[in-house]
Amino acid sequence: MSAGMTMTEDGNALSPAREQPLLAVAGIHTYYGKSHILHGVSLEVGRGEVVGLLGRNGVGKSTTLKAIAGLVHPSAGEVVFEGRAIGRLASHKVARLGIGYVPEERRIFPLLTVLENLRTGLDRQGVAKAKRAELLDKVYAYFPILAERRNQRGGTLSGGEQQMLAIARAMTLEPKIVLLDEPTEGLMPRMVSQIAEIVGALRDEGVAVLLVEQNVPLTLQASRRIYFIEKGEVRHHAMAAELSVDDPVIHRYLGV
Amino acid sequence: MDIPLDQILVQTLNGIVTGMILALVASGLTLIFGIMEVVNFAHGELLMLGAYVGVVTLALTGDFWVALVSATVLIAIFGALMYVVTLRPLLGRDPLTTILATFGLSLVLQNYALWQFGAVSRKIPEPIVGHFNLFHLDYPWYRVAVALLSGAIIGGFWLFLKRGTWGIWIRATTQDRVMAQAMGIPVPWVLAGVFAIGSGMAAASGVLFGPFGGVDATMGLSWILRAFIVVVVGGMGSLAGSVLAAILISLLEAYASLWVSPSQAVIVSFVVLILTLLLRPTGLFVATPR
Repeated sequence: MSAGMTMTEDGNALSPAREQPLLAVAGIHTYYGKSHILHGVSLEVGRGEVVGLLGRNGVGKSTTLKAIAGLVHPSAGEVVFEGRAIGRLASHKVARLGIGYVPEERRIFPLLTVLENLRTGLDRQGVAKAKRAELLDKVYAYFPILAERRNQRGGTLSGGEQQMLAIARAMTLEPKIVLLDEPTEGLMPRMVSQIAEIVGALRDEGVAVLLVEQNVPLTLQASRRIYFIEKGEVRHHAMAAELSVDDPVIHRYLGV
Repeated sequence: MDIPLDQILVQTLNGIVTGMILALVASGLTLIFGIMEVVNFAHGELLMLGAYVGVVTLALTGDFWVALVSATVLIAIFGALMYVVTLRPLLGRDPLTTILATFGLSLVLQNYALWQFGAVSRKIPEPIVGHFNLFHLDYPWYRVAVALLSGAIIGGFWLFLKRGTWGIWIRATTQDRVMAQAMGIPVPWVLAGVFAIGSGMAAASGVLFGPFGGVDATMGLSWILRAFIVVVVGGMGSLAGSVLAAILISLLEAYASLWVSPSQAVIVSFVVLILTLLLRPTGLFVATPR
């Protein structure tokens, strides 16, 4: 656990950090056309903290991530990253602040090679050539399969490999936080445990993760805190360590 | 009916030359369509304006190549401005709005040219005047040079797309605009840049074609219709497809004009278009639909 996440003096472990959180979402509302999707979602993520976001399908988990990534602009409320309001910022500027987004559908660039996919994040202004090579080596060290397939088109990779590529691509931005939307969806068990390892590795490097998942055991194991979303609002908030897979709270917000 | 071999060879050369210019016009169009799904009806007018910039620069400097470069650069800037002012606010809305906007722009630009330069066709003299002998026929070197130059511009552009950061940005944006932006690619700049490149290519083809057909306010129309056919036959948004389709259609028209008059030979391109739409609507040269 990183230094920024010590308990507050009154022992309130739910508070992410005594100092300013890395990311603070404050009462955001979003609309898709006329339908009201988020009804004032608020949450916080501390530096290097893994936070899970649980809820049934269609309650606004993905939209929350999109709003943070700048793909959806909230009509009310604010997203604050490192003390800076980013709710109205274009998504490419948000990305360059150090927010990596891994969408649910992975959305790798199918006709670009693996290397070119990674270069979409590496070839930024202000990153020297040597630094780019170093970042690429680092990403390849995490995902050796991508190094092997560097000249293969993204669209020809298997589902699991595409998920690796989507995460690796976000990592090339040197993110301070990675937004992971259902990274294990449709993956084989072996791949699922690999994703869990990667989340742990990111945390150990001091990279925060905001994790949206259907896989409850994985989310409880990987996260420090969990937010439960229902009908576009955060309804409950708990330490992951205090929850078990068959907890009534889990049933309340995820049971069918 | 016997067609002598020498005529077939001459028509092959003609077809390739016209095909290369058509490919240059169509690549700009297909590039813009591929990346923002905007059908730019003003593309032909950008070609025409480029030709006029060429005419004016030529009168000022007397140098064809200076005219070619300045027309390309000026119209590229003009195209980017046109995109920012008229099309950017419409992106993401009903495609009909961008069709109407570009169609309106084409009318405005055509009538501006008519008002500014008059109805009389202007001439751009050939910068290369030599001929060579091809089966008792004087074939102008300039036509060959135009084909080579068009090929070089398209080839250079292809390399630009394949290598370098901007190439990756343009291709990534074409495949997934939202995700490209989420990866930190400055998509608004990429779109304006692509419009600039497409406009510059149209202007270059206008100047290059100037010595053949003369320069007038409606010269864009005849090109744009054929360029649209090429883009559809080649596969909307595919650069290689457009080049191949441009050469295919121009060759077929050239061969057809061995039997019928050149104005009747145009029918061939429509036949190819209709057959493509019926049998392979994603385009002849696209392996899988995007």
